[in-house]
Amino acid sequence: MSDLETFRAETRAWLEANCPEEMRLPLKSELDVCWGGKRWTFKSEAQKVWLERMAEKGWTVPEWAPEYGGAGLSKEEAKILKDEMKAIKARSPLNSFGIWMLGPALLKYGNEEQKREHLPKIARGEIRWAQGYSEPNAGSDLASLMTKCEDQGDHFLINGQKVWTSYADEADWIFVLVRTDFQAAKHDGISFVLVDMEQPGVTTKPIQLISGKSPFCETFFDDARCEKHNLVGEMNKGWSIAKYLLTHEREMIGGMGQGSGGMRPMGDIAAQQIGLNDRGELADPVLRTDVARAEIDGLAFLATMERVTDEAKSGQGVGANSSMLKYYGTELNKRRFELMMDSSGSDGLEWDKENDVARHWLRTKANSIEGGTSEVQLNIISKRILQLPTA
Amino acid sequence: MELVLTEEAGMLKDAAKGFLSDSAPVSQLRKLRDEKSADGFDRKTWAAMAEMGWTGVLVPEEHGGVAMGHVAAGVVAEEMGRTLTASPFLSTAIMGANALSRFGSDAQKGEWLPKIAAGEAIFAVGTDEGRKHNPVSVTTKAERSGNGFKLNGEKSFVAEGHVADMILVSARTAGSESEEEGVTLFLVPREAAGVTVERQFMVDSRNSARVKLDNVELNADAVLGEVDGGYKSLEAVLDSGRAGLSAEMSGSAQECLERTVDYLKERKQFGEIIGTYQGLQHRAAHLYSEIELGKSIVLKTLQTLDMAPDHAAMMVSAAKSKMGQVAQLAAQESIQMHGGIGMTDEYDIGFFIKRVRVAEALFGDSNYHTDKFARLRKY
Repeated sequence: MSDLETFRAETRAWLEANCPEEMRLPLKSELDVCWGGKRWTFKSEAQKVWLERMAEKGWTVPEWAPEYGGAGLSKEEAKILKDEMKAIKARSPLNSFGIWMLGPALLKYGNEEQKREHLPKIARGEIRWAQGYSEPNAGSDLASLMTKCEDQGDHFLINGQKVWTSYADEADWIFVLVRTDFQAAKHDGISFVLVDMEQPGVTTKPIQLISGKSPFCETFFDDARCEKHNLVGEMNKGWSIAKYLLTHEREMIGGMGQGSGGMRPMGDIAAQQIGLNDRGELADPVLRTDVARAEIDGLAFLATMERVTDEAKSGQGVGANSSMLKYYGTELNKRRFELMMDSSGSDGLEWDKENDVARHWLRTKANSIEGGTSEVQLNIISKRILQLPTA
Repeated sequence: MELVLTEEAGMLKDAAKGFLSDSAPVSQLRKLRDEKSADGFDRKTWAAMAEMGWTGVLVPEEHGGVAMGHVAAGVVAEEMGRTLTASPFLSTAIMGANALSRFGSDAQKGEWLPKIAAGEAIFAVGTDEGRKHNPVSVTTKAERSGNGFKLNGEKSFVAEGHVADMILVSARTAGSESEEEGVTLFLVPREAAGVTVERQFMVDSRNSARVKLDNVELNADAVLGEVDGGYKSLEAVLDSGRAGLSAEMSGSAQECLERTVDYLKERKQFGEIIGTYQGLQHRAAHLYSEIELGKSIVLKTLQTLDMAPDHAAMMVSAAKSKMGQVAQLAAQESIQMHGGIGMTDEYDIGFFIKRVRVAEALFGDSNYHTDKFARLRKY
């Protein structure tokens, strides 16, 4: 057996022995997702055990080095782990902005002390992170942000307001883009700092969305304190980190368009809800066409994710294609939920059901706004891929 | 298996790109059109393709081919889509070779595959009877007669039928009009008594044919595969052609986008390069995204045809449906973004919208394959 085959066999056996049965059932709602953090209450013993066992193996962040809480797996091994988890329908042991966003940024831009301090806690789900990017007057034009960060000699003092900070009311720490130079050009006066939210200078307020849910907050900084060793990268060079992170975020949000991940295919849902006619075709012929085209686009999108990733592996680089994936994936996800609403009929219009389709449908409308709007992605594609000129 | 071209396929792509852009660019199609070429393609170019092994791309090695598979065939078709090279590659090297190597008898293989590989035989596939593709609807009749069959009926939209040596024809030997059971495939020599071929000049400057079969007498050995059981084989042959056409349309779509983006970088209006305008940038960026999706599903489909040909039908329909839509969008958008000059015959971009229309319709348009996809998905 080759090394990879051995690894696959061992991984399969370990997962079989260690993944609790309950953690192989489909998520009933987003409340079943494990986010971790100081204030986290596990929904079940199985959820706790699953996280602990995976963290112990370093498999919550399989590709990170062992000294940072990972398992040091190669890309090929990590893919095998992913495949094997998928094969037994294992839930993700930990969802985390620390893993998806801050981690990659620290690995690339952080110093050794920062990596050793923060990465293992992220890997074990001990600290929950929030992202402080957008401001009331800095949305698509993120680089015009104005949250002020002043040098107080032995520490920084932060004043300002962030918005759309995901789950900030449940987070322990926040990574924040701040302005450290008001004289410089707007991209050149931004720094990237890590702030402990457990202090009186940081307060949060949830924002209620059209979906009726509040996954986002406003976060206020009033003379908030930040230790100097929590500056990541160089002073005033935070914009490069921000751009790097946005790429990760795009890939993550774009990935939602793939429609696998435990989601039943749209056609099966529609067939169940609307029924088939005597020719075995969906009883609503116009919807049938729309569903089929959306499913075909879903297949093409999945194949594109696969192709773009495989190309990156052979050294061709995903690069600005993350914008294409983000654009298409989110627009596709919105289309899918429009069809879901169509096929749900009046049942889907009920508001007070737990986890109803209407709330999901409304939530998807943010997909093409968060992480850079569709229009911003199209700008990036035209500039960086098609190399169309700027005026 | 990774969803990227192997090194071998990548080399073939480069070779095809080099040869076609040098020896068979869009200007060749224009010339064939203007000269009202009797063949509708360039025999010298076809001979050169055979010499390079392209005609044997799906022919097994023991019959003189290179047996590189559908991904390789698709790579060549894609490059032909960029140059709009007219040739019997699809009907012969893809569909003819696939039909014989998968379903032919030893005698049929031995006789025809080496000729296909050598570029010495041209094949065509005759399925359609009405104006819309519907291969299960077969009224062409094959009645038992002596030692063989007697065929009567008419086929239309038979691509390359006017130059084919052999036409693969579906005919009904049993069953009623829209039944799968009872369809039989026949190898009909174009020169056989009772065969009349009427050339159809198509909008893409290429040729198809209406093939009339009037008491055409064939021996039993003209049957490809099983009597009454030919429908599955027909679908498999059609699927190889549909995938080839999807790859060709992918090439055309990419070429349309590249030519259009180049134009956006040159043309000035209101004192600015028009590519600086967001209205056009977003149209181009959206088109780019659609083409990337089309490319991916086409490659995935070609890989599936190589690895699991009996389970490829759903992917083929998805690819033909998607790429048909994407290529038409590309062709239409490129005319709009070229503006007035895109409407002139002198400019090449107009050739693409014409070819893509035909390729999209051939062997089932996007609507047909969306419906078929839904049927295969059981809804």
